[in-house]
Formats: sequence, C-alpha cells, structure tokens
Amino acid sequence: MAEPVLRVQGLVKRFGGLTATDDFALDVQPGELHALIGPNGAGKTTLIGQLTGEIRPDAGRIVFLGEDIIRLPVAARVKRGLARSFQIVQLLDDDTALANVALAVQARAGHSFRFWRSAARDPALLAPARALLAQVGLERAQTRVADLSHGERKVLELAVALAARPRLLLLDEPMAGLGAAESLRMTETLRALKGQFAILLVEHDMDAVFALADRITVLVYGRAIATGAADAIRADPAVQEAYLSEEAA
Amino acid sequence: MRNAVWLGILLAAAVALPWAAEAAGQPATIGLATRILCLGIAAASLNLILGHGGMVSFGHAAYYGLGAYTVGILWEHFRLGEPLWGLIPGTNQLLITLPVSVLVSGVVAAAIGALSLRTTGVQFIMITLAFAQMLFFLFVGLKAYGGDDGLLIRRRNIVPGLDLREQDQLYWLCLGLLVAWLTLQWRIVGSRFGRVLEGIRQNERRMAAIGIATYRYKLAAFTIAGMGCGLAGALTANYLRFVSPDLMAWQKSGEIMVMVILGGVGTLLGPVIGAAALVGLEYALGGVTEHWQFFLGPILLAVVLFAPGGIMGLFRRG
Ligand SMILES: Nc1ncnc2c1ncn2[C@@H]1O[C@H](COP(=O)(O)OP(=O)(O)O)[C@@H](O)[C@H]1O
Ligand SMILES: [Mg+2]
Repeated sequence: MAEPVLRVQGLVKRFGGLTATDDFALDVQPGELHALIGPNGAGKTTLIGQLTGEIRPDAGRIVFLGEDIIRLPVAARVKRGLARSFQIVQLLDDDTALANVALAVQARAGHSFRFWRSAARDPALLAPARALLAQVGLERAQTRVADLSHGERKVLELAVALAARPRLLLLDEPMAGLGAAESLRMTETLRALKGQFAILLVEHDMDAVFALADRITVLVYGRAIATGAADAIRADPAVQEAYLSEEAA
Repeated sequence: MRNAVWLGILLAAAVALPWAAEAAGQPATIGLATRILCLGIAAASLNLILGHGGMVSFGHAAYYGLGAYTVGILWEHFRLGEPLWGLIPGTNQLLITLPVSVLVSGVVAAAIGALSLRTTGVQFIMITLAFAQMLFFLFVGLKAYGGDDGLLIRRRNIVPGLDLREQDQLYWLCLGLLVAWLTLQWRIVGSRFGRVLEGIRQNERRMAAIGIATYRYKLAAFTIAGMGCGLAGALTANYLRFVSPDLMAWQKSGEIMVMVILGGVGTLLGPVIGAAALVGLEYALGGVTEHWQFFLGPILLAVVLFAPGGIMGLFRRG
C-alpha cells in the first residue's frame, strides 16, 4: 500500500475520569474517503480536534504526509493541507458568504501583512472564492452569513474548508440538521470531490456514509472497534450490536 | 459618494474653525478643539484593536503617556544640555520628537502586547490594565522628571514653517495628523490585514482553522494602535506644555475607551466624535459641577442600552 496521508497511533485523550480517545489508531490512504461513525459522545469531534491541533492529546502520534505534526499549532497544520469543517458552524456572521470564502482564499495565498490595498475588491481573492461557491452550489454569495439558512451555512462551511486546498479534509457531520433533499445534494457534492484528496468523514447519516465511504472506522467510547470496507462493516455483528442496531432502534 | 461629500464639508469646517472662533470672539474654543483632535487620534487608535480586532485593552493610556513623556524628557535634556544616559541628546525639534514618541510607544506596546495577547477575555483586560499601572507608578517614582508633579515644557517644539506657539497653527498641525492617521487606519481596515483583524474579532477559532496564526496579527495591530496613541500623546504634550503620570492613569484609559463606545465602535469617525462629545460634556458640565463625571455614568448607560452603535449608529439609522 502507498504511504498513508494520515497515520494515527496510540492516541489517548482523557477529560478527567473520562477517556474520550482510547488508544486510537487510524490510517487514511491517498484519495480515500474514510468514514468515522459512532454514537453520540463516542469521541469523534474530540478526535478531529486532536488532528487539527485544537486539542492536545495525552499520548500518541499523528503523522501527516510523513511528518509528525503533534506539536504543530492549528494554523501550521492547515498550511500543510489539513483542513476541517465544524460540526457547529464557525463562520464570520457579520460578513457575506463571499467574504467568508475570500478570506479563506486570502489565508491560503500567503501572509496577510498587507496594510494598504483594498481586499474587498481584489479579483485575486474574489474569483477563486466565487468558483468555490459555485462548486458547492451556494447561490446567495452576497448574503450575510447571519441571514443564511442552516443548510446554506453547512454548505458554506465546506466551501471555506475547500479554500485551504486540503490534502486531507476532515468533515465533522456536514449533514447534521440538513433536510433530506439537502443531504442528498451534499452527498453529491462530496462524491464529486472524492478522489481529489483524502477525506475523513464523520457522519450520522448512514445512507450518505454507505454511499460515499471506501472504508469505515467505528468508534465506541473512544475505541476503534472495527475498521474495514463498507460492506464488511455493515455485516460485522459487533458493529451492529454496538452501533447500527442502536441507530435503528 | 454622499459620504465623501459629507467628509469634505466636515473637513472644511474643521479647517475653518480657528478663523470662526476668532471672529466669534471665542479663541478659547481653539484650545478645546485641539484637545479633541489629540484625544480623537488616541481613541481612533484604540478603536483599531477594540472595534476592529475585538481586543479590549484597558491600558491604552500607557502609550498616550509614553508619547507625551518622550516629548517632555527630550525637552528636559535639551533644556539642561545633558544627554540622556550620557548618550542621547535632548531636542525640541518636532520632526525628531514625534517619530521618537511613536517609536517608543510602539516598542513598549509590542512588548506589553507580546505578553498580554497570550491571554483573552477578562484576563486580557486585567493584564493590560496592570501593565499600564506599572508604567504609571514608574513615572510617579521618576523624581528626575518631576515624579507625580509632572514636568513643565516651557516652550512647544520647533518645526520648520510653523510656529506652534500660535494656537491656531498647533491646531492645524493636529488636524493634519488626525486626518493622516484616520486615512492610514481606513486603508488598514480595508486591507488584507484589516480583513484578518475583523475575522479575529468575529471568530478567532475560524481564523485559525483557515490557517491564520492569529497571535502575530493581533500583536501587529496592538503595536500599531500603541504607535497611534503615542502620536496623540506627543501632540498633547505640546498642547499642554506639561506632562504628568495622570496622562497614563487608568482613568485616562477609561476615558479613551468611553470615547470609542460613545462615538461608535468600529467606525472611522466615531472615536473622534466620541472625543468631541466627552470633551464637550466635560466643558459644559464641568462649569456646573466639579463632579461632572457623575453624570457620565447614566449617559454612557443610555448609549449602551439604547444606541449600541454609539453616536455614529444614530446617524446611520436616521
Ligand atoms: N472539553 C471537554 N471537557 C470534558 N469532556 C469533554 C470535552 N469535550 C468532549 N467531552 C466529552 O468527551 C466525550 C466525546 O465527545 P465528542 O468528541 O464531542 O463526541 P462525538 O463528537 O462523538 O459526539 C463526550 O462524553 C463529551 O462529553
Ligand atoms: Mg461531534
């Protein structure tokens, strides 16, 4: 197998007495869409936080593109191509959708110690930003984020993450709170992105997961109880007991 | 376009103010207006970090005082003919004292910012206040420069082409520098740097997640703001011909912050209008009662409750 994009080994994170990440290991291959599923409170968001650098693990290794990144701060990891979307959207509410993406394009374009020229009308920022909005299918580019619907914000979250030109994209429940039609559209958007870079998808929508994922890892109480191809995971009795059956109930 | 017209009218009125004051037989107004211009620069500089960057610095007067003391100390060594530390000769040349004031304030702001910006929220407010109080007590203890009695500057700084002993010429100098500072800040706010600053105010976590190392940008903004306030202090020292630790006391920091909030946080002209409102209020109420600041509380409360955008916000709505 090729050198994985991401290799996590022996990751541990404790919150007081609670072990949110318990000796966790994971590989993500180039171009792979790897889904991470598990019940609420399993530690999925905490894991993403550790991968991006917001949360400091208590033990373990995170190797991204061959480099141990465990000591790198958030921004430095993003610069290396590790981008994320948030389960609870984190956007600039006072700004338009376009301005949000343009700022993310600007962040990728190098340092921002430029003090004089107007950024709001800079075509070098606006053109790529418009292209990204078109790519995710967000039409209301000039609308303030505060006035966008929940579904539009989830889509914008994705566009902002894409602006970082990820080598590995971490998506934390991109479909949470979406209606059925919106979920389908998001699935199609992700399918179109699949293969361009590696994706780690955290998602509760099982239809989307089984439609998109190459491999699936099941997380329960911070432990990976199974990893494998989608069909194998669906058939795994341990997985069904721990998670899929609960979902159905 | 409409805005540009209004700005032009406002600027013309400001330029004409000394003539109008003389004609109306109210030359004291020029001094009052000069104070407003100086404090306007100070408040505008705070607005850069407070209004645009979301950094609630409660020690901004430290840089005001440092700028002023730079002028005062350079004057004192010029007067005595003794170089500072046997090295740095004193001077009364404005073209030297102003840049040195800006530089000194900027260096100290960078140092204080480097430490304070590792914290956020209430902790940041308290630590910036603590640093400003340390400087305050340092200057109270500096008996060579008058301690808490302060330092007299017998003559205003010299600058080719102007005579700052004429109060209208000092006024125009301050007006020119205010306009220059506001122009600079307007460009900064609209630039890539300004966009990052605005993003940090709205959601710092998001900024990190798009790959912005926010600390550096906050530190740069904090330093620029300190430099602007140092400029304001240097002009104030020339206006007052006197510097004292009161210029960097926490009350002064509070006043500057009130000006920003009163005028309109995050607006270009708001801080200047806030400075005018506060100085005007002090002048009007100060004639009636010594405890004029007592009335400031309710007024500020009313602004926060009923006009959260400050005076500029009222204009916008109307
Ligand atoms: N900062 C924190 N402090 C304490 N406990 C936390 C913290 N963050 C998450 N947890 C706990 O860790 C567990 C995993 O949470 P999370 O990663 O959000 O789960 P998931 O995203 O899989 O729903 C939960 O029990 C949660 O309450
Ligand atoms: Mg979660």
